[in-house]
Amino acid sequence: MSPRRLRAIFVKEFTQMRRDRATLRLMLVIPVMQLLIFGYAIRMDVRNLPLAVFDQSRTQESRALVQQFEATRNFKVTQHVSSYELAQRLIDAGDAHSAIVIPEDYARAIKRMQGARVQVLVDASSPTAAQGAIAAAQMVGQRANVQMLLQRAGGQIKGDATPVDIRVRPLYNPALSSPLFIVPGIIGMILSNVLIIITALSIVREREYGTLEQLIVTPLTRTELMLGKLSPYIFVGFFQITAVLLLGHFLFHVPIQGSLLLIYATSFLFVVASLGLGLLISTLVTAQAPAMQTAFMFLLPNVLLSGFMFPREAMPTIARDIGLFLPLTYYLEILRGIILKGVGLRELWVQALALVGFAVLYFTIATLRFHKKLA
Amino acid sequence: MSTALGEAVVVDGLTRRFGTLTAVDNVSLSIRAGELFGMLGPNGSGKTTLIRMLCGLLVPSAGTARVAGIDVGKEPDRVKEHIGYMSQAYGLYRDLTAEENLKFYGGVYGLGPELKQRVAWATERMRLGELGGRLSGVLSGGQKQRVALGCALMHRPPVLFLDEPTAGVDPAARRMFWEIIRSLTAEGVTIICTTHYMDEAERFDRLVFLSRGHVTALGTPAEVRAKYGATASLEDVFILLQDKDS
Repeated sequence: MSPRRLRAIFVKEFTQMRRDRATLRLMLVIPVMQLLIFGYAIRMDVRNLPLAVFDQSRTQESRALVQQFEATRNFKVTQHVSSYELAQRLIDAGDAHSAIVIPEDYARAIKRMQGARVQVLVDASSPTAAQGAIAAAQMVGQRANVQMLLQRAGGQIKGDATPVDIRVRPLYNPALSSPLFIVPGIIGMILSNVLIIITALSIVREREYGTLEQLIVTPLTRTELMLGKLSPYIFVGFFQITAVLLLGHFLFHVPIQGSLLLIYATSFLFVVASLGLGLLISTLVTAQAPAMQTAFMFLLPNVLLSGFMFPREAMPTIARDIGLFLPLTYYLEILRGIILKGVGLRELWVQALALVGFAVLYFTIATLRFHKKLA
Repeated sequence: MSTALGEAVVVDGLTRRFGTLTAVDNVSLSIRAGELFGMLGPNGSGKTTLIRMLCGLLVPSAGTARVAGIDVGKEPDRVKEHIGYMSQAYGLYRDLTAEENLKFYGGVYGLGPELKQRVAWATERMRLGELGGRLSGVLSGGQKQRVALGCALMHRPPVLFLDEPTAGVDPAARRMFWEIIRSLTAEGVTIICTTHYMDEAERFDRLVFLSRGHVTALGTPAEVRAKYGATASLEDVFILLQDKDS
């Protein structure tokens, strides 16, 4: 290993990086853009669904019910309508997400304990939004029932206590805020996408331009070439992590419960694994376009199967098993573990070890294949 | 780095087999220090395999070759430090300036404090003038060629390999290139060159014809021509040897 040769490659790589404006933008701007888009747009918690109200009762009781719907914050009353058809048409047109239909005899039925029937129409074409709406509607109903029953029961039950009292305590993210869940994931997404693509491209480009052929006749060793070429991208990766952590903290109030040092240490493992995968891709293809396509092939499973957006617990076994072959899956568990739960290596050593395994595996295959290609 | 006899390259019974194919078959020749030596032969003649062995990229199956006094079979990595190689593709980074390319290759060859002085040397000798600050991607074919030559010479190699150096270069640039090459051999640099241009082959001090891995002719251009009739041009000889062999 010659420090002079390593330095030459390293300096060259940085000069090229600086000069390649398009790639530079890709590396520096994309993290910020993705953070803003994902952070602001993706909300798993469904809020303010437009609600149409068809209130035939027009009593104090019916108005109280509508208020309780709004109080859940899942709904926001946008329109009062005068017919069932009108309510349905609003949902058809997408102007309302749900509609509440209160019968004429609502107040009377309550007083007589006859079972007041209230219908809630929900646009269930998007299951996530529909589930939120349905759960909220049912909760309103239950609460109303419990309250009324308690009143009737009078002195038989002490205070406000119900026979069974379930209290949920949401841990780690008590406000159930989506950005808290998404932001740590974005770090992993950006690192894997950008780094895999850029590494693959940078090596394939050497081959395409004939510079790799030239390097082979110099005393430069394979190890020096790889180290010199890849190490600048470790800096890129750390820049991206830092940018997302800072923006996440100031824009979305993502706290870092665990050790910052541990985040960087485990990120190093993930960065190296991603670079290894990029290197591996570069040995499979000979031109930039297929390199890009192969890299994109990893993009979709990363988004869908790693647990970045959709909980892996909800996936069928086969999808969950495929996710086990993605380094991102483990890295996300580590990031969420450290950032949200504040846990350390004692809880996350398996995941960290998996990342080491991926890095070793990718580099071994890539180096073997690289060797063959050169000979 | 040449041997006591002033020989820069000594090849003795060099053979390379790929499975059942013998790409280079028992080739022996020697090249003096400061000689401009041509290697000619059709595609598949074993030219490329021979050069790859001399550059330490392929291990010989049998025989020996010493380049700049180093046994290529025993110390292939050390050979690389003592040779320069310029390919047809030039191997320049088009997003780096000419000077940055020179510095990069100098660094890759392990140059330290003398790097700056070598860049100045290359700029002057390769007649780059003000081109040093330009991106090599925007240079003309002839300019690229001279930058690439400079890159291959940064570490003062005693032996230089040129692979089809003048393909796609205009006549004026080609002449300038050969002038530079001549000035290098005058300083004792040994140059081994492949080409497809027979008029260019006339410039060589000596040349070898390869066909199917064998040496079919070896000598000065005049000697080779004379052997096949006084009026023959090198091109006639080339075609004659190729036909005879197939």
